[in-house]
Amino acid sequence: MKRIITLTVQDRSGVLNRVTGLLQRRQFNITSISVGPTETEGVSKMTLVVDVEDDQRLEQVTKQLNKQIDVLKVSDITDKAIVARELALIKVTSGSQLRSEINGLIDPFRAIIVDVCKESITVQVTGKPEKVDALIDLLRPFGIKEIARTGLTAFLRGHQPQVNELVTYSLLK
Amino acid sequence: MKVEAKLEFQTSTAPKTGADLLIDLLIKEGVETIFGYPGGAVLPIYDAIYRAKDRIGHILFRHEQGMIHAAEGYARITGNPGVVLATSGPGATNLVTGITDAMMDSLPLVVFTGQVARSVIGTDAFQEADVMAITTPITKHNYQVQSISDLPRIVKEAFHIASTGRPGPVLVDLPKDITSGAISGIVEEAAIDLPGYQPTFKPNPLQIKKLADSLAKAQKPVILSGAGVLHAKASEELTAFAEKHNIPVVTTLLGLGTFPADSPLSLGMGGMHGTYAANMALYESDLLINFGARFDDRLTGNLKHFAPFAKVAHIDIDPAEIGKNVPTQIPIVADAKVALVELLNHTKNSPKADEWLEKLVKYKQEFPLWYKHDPNGMCPQWLVEAVHKVTNGKAIVSTDVGQHQMWAAQFYTFNEPHRWITSGGLGTMGFGFPAAIGAQIAAPESTVVAIVGDAGFQMTLQELSVIYERNLPVKIIIVNNGALGMVRQWQELLYDNRISESLLNSQPDFVKLAESYGIRGMKIDNQEDLIASLPELFAHNGPVLVDCRVLQQEKVFPMMPPGAGLHEMIGVKPI
Ligand SMILES: Cc1ncc(C[n+]2csc(CCOP(=O)(O)OP(=O)(O)O)c2C)c(N)n1
Ligand SMILES: [Mg+2]
Repeated sequence: MKRIITLTVQDRSGVLNRVTGLLQRRQFNITSISVGPTETEGVSKMTLVVDVEDDQRLEQVTKQLNKQIDVLKVSDITDKAIVARELALIKVTSGSQLRSEINGLIDPFRAIIVDVCKESITVQVTGKPEKVDALIDLLRPFGIKEIARTGLTAFLRGHQPQVNELVTYSLLK
Repeated sequence: MKVEAKLEFQTSTAPKTGADLLIDLLIKEGVETIFGYPGGAVLPIYDAIYRAKDRIGHILFRHEQGMIHAAEGYARITGNPGVVLATSGPGATNLVTGITDAMMDSLPLVVFTGQVARSVIGTDAFQEADVMAITTPITKHNYQVQSISDLPRIVKEAFHIASTGRPGPVLVDLPKDITSGAISGIVEEAAIDLPGYQPTFKPNPLQIKKLADSLAKAQKPVILSGAGVLHAKASEELTAFAEKHNIPVVTTLLGLGTFPADSPLSLGMGGMHGTYAANMALYESDLLINFGARFDDRLTGNLKHFAPFAKVAHIDIDPAEIGKNVPTQIPIVADAKVALVELLNHTKNSPKADEWLEKLVKYKQEFPLWYKHDPNGMCPQWLVEAVHKVTNGKAIVSTDVGQHQMWAAQFYTFNEPHRWITSGGLGTMGFGFPAAIGAQIAAPESTVVAIVGDAGFQMTLQELSVIYERNLPVKIIIVNNGALGMVRQWQELLYDNRISESLLNSQPDFVKLAESYGIRGMKIDNQEDLIASLPELFAHNGPVLVDCRVLQQEKVFPMMPPGAGLHEMIGVKPI
């Protein structure tokens, strides 16, 4: 199962290594990872999408991450109300005659064209990974030269519904 | 033997370099002895040690692996971090086995490694190794110092992290320009800044109540006591708790001594070479209370058959250990001592377990540990018993890894904690002898015995120089079976007697070897000579090496074969 796990970490050298090394050693597959600074200086946030077999393994990885000295907080936000976004740049083969067709196609995705040259254009799209996947599928027939994706970043929405509460991995239930 | 240690902080001489500051910080942490080996990248530190030689001790080992195992032995006996200092590159990589060993067995170490200057890090400079990357998975935490002004905080944090919560090794990598750098102005005292590190000490009262209720209802309770009880210094409380409610106790390999072996409630060691009674108690129990053991596979055997009828309570300071291998109904994240005090206060009703206790007594009587005397030679088990006798069971015993380790665990019964040093999690050959040196440094007045195999001893025997030089009266008992005995045993039992590369057809003359280091040595190959010589050898005021020729064919029994459950031991009765 895919889980979205966010980590707040102290922005010290080696912390990314520590996290990815740990996941590798305990045999967890990382689908994507994104890292960046937060509102607090010296604190970064990582968003991991991981593939986990079952709840017990998930609990184990959460606890192992929590044990790292530089990790301040670990949350599995998969089942919460979240905002989750990814940005992708897609370079599509395109002579001038196809441009308007592509324009019409990407418009509903609220994607934009950010670079144009003779043989290709570059589309920028933001959204959930499924939306990005869908757009890539639609663009494929034109000939995709290159794709770069940031990986998912996510956090909790301002308002959380009462019922669908987060599964806590605390032992102190 | 006295390790010089004067702790007064000389404020008159302000530190001159980063290295002087480092030494001052170590003295402030109460460090008495550095286990070290010099080299290019740590020359500034050795210069500072030279200047501070009246204020801090240093012991020069002969190999970095030997010195880090010695630091582990020291940490095991004192509970304080062992402090290790090695140079960059090969010095640091020689420490890797010891760091991993300490990580697996939760021993507090603070390891300082030299590093090339910051300006050349990443250029494959002479004796550069990426120690941070190498040690990230084998340390509790590691640091590379990037500025002299960070040094006070990092040193303080390193000692704090190593010795609190679940202890472990912390490494501090010191670029040469940091340690040789001149200090301008006053370096500020630093405070620990670790918002992401707050070990839980106090148990959740609801879980304590749950355990108390379960205990009152249990009919077949058993306690499993592990090394967490040692770290928490909670043996007394554990004993009081077991005695208050008449709960039988199994200890892990590392937990030997946490509960007195001569108590009627003691079932001995559990696991692969544990006693029948201990393993059957774990197997049949309906309430298993684990204090500070991590349900290692050598203890549990096949998890499918582990404690199948039991409700499991697990008290551990490391939440990640709870539920890792064994589903746990009563998880208690806490320091073992704090949890035991709570339990002593909050448990009233004892389980009704008379039948259970009777049954276990029968198991003990019917299936005791056994071996057969052989008139033609010396049995290794008998040898361990003889060492027990001559030391009144009061020695600090350090072992290497192999058959002799298991025989020592089985036959040198411990009634007190902090007397037993062995490499459990990593099973590191070469550990036993240097660890004994560290123990002797920690406890100069105690009798320290290194019970080692003929093969493992040869992995770190160069430290004989150290015990000679410092006149450390370590008594070395080589259980010499001319074999990688444990490997030979597995090949005999599990590989149809195909003895592949596990016999040592050539060996040094261990007596001459000892003598060449200036140490008294003796070879003994029969029981009479051993009985006659041992008291005098142990009375000798200095190191002694005894090359004890034992029967090669002896095997460690009983045994839970790999893949089997605790109830499926073989060799439970004399064969
Ligand atoms: C560094 C290391 N290498 C290999 C092993 C595998 N091993 C475990 S026990 C053993 C044999 C040890 O022989 P010896 O020291 O003579 O002890 P004995 O079993 O004969 O008592 C070996 C090779 C190990 N544990 N550690
Ligand atoms: Mg041997």
